[in-house]
Amino acid sequence: MTKADIVDSVYERVGFSKKEAAQMVEMFFEILKETMDRGEKIKISGFGNFVVKEKRARKGRNPQSGGEIEISPRRVLTFKPSQALKKLLNT
Amino acid sequence: MNKAELAMEVARRAKVNQKVAKVVVDAIFEEMVTTLQKGERIEIRGFGSFVIRNYGSYQGRNPKTGESVNVTPKKLPYFKVGKELKEKINSKG
Repeated sequence: MTKADIVDSVYERVGFSKKEAAQMVEMFFEILKETMDRGEKIKISGFGNFVVKEKRARKGRNPQSGGEIEISPRRVLTFKPSQALKKLLNT
Repeated sequence: MNKAELAMEVARRAKVNQKVAKVVVDAIFEEMVTTLQKGERIEIRGFGSFVIRNYGSYQGRNPKTGESVNVTPKKLPYFKVGKELKEKINSKG
C-alpha cells in the first residue's frame, strides 16, 4: 500500500474530490513529520506511539575492517505498536 | 501530540471543520491497520514503511517470578524510518 491507496480510501469515505483528499493526506503526513522533527512524541490510540530517542555516542566496529570507530550521538525515531494493534495482528 | 490534536491541526491547515478532519484522520489509520492485518506492507515516501515481522516461538521467562514460559509465535509491525525523515530528525541533535 502506498500514499495513493490511502488517498483513494479517504476519497471513498469523505465527500471530497480526489485532489482535496490527496491534499489532506499530504498534510496528515507533513504534520506527523514536523511534529517528530521537533522531537515531540505522537501517541495514536489503537495504533501506536512514535518517539524520538536521543542516543549517546558509543564505540562500534567497522564490520569489514574490524577497526574500532566512534558512533556519534544521534536522534532516532522509533515506533512502538499499541497493545490493541498487536492484538489485532495476532487474532 | 495525540489523535485529536492531529485532527485539529489537519482541520486548521485544510480549512475544514474538525468533524471532517477527524473522519479523515480515522480513515487513514483504519486503512493502515487493515493493510497490516492483511499482512501487506505500507510504504509512504519521505516518511517510512511498515512491515509485518513474524517471530517464532521461544522459551522466555517471567521477569517477575523467573519462571520459564513458552512464548507463542507472533506478528509485530516494524516501522522503518524513511531516509529523508531519518536524516532530518538526526540533524537537529
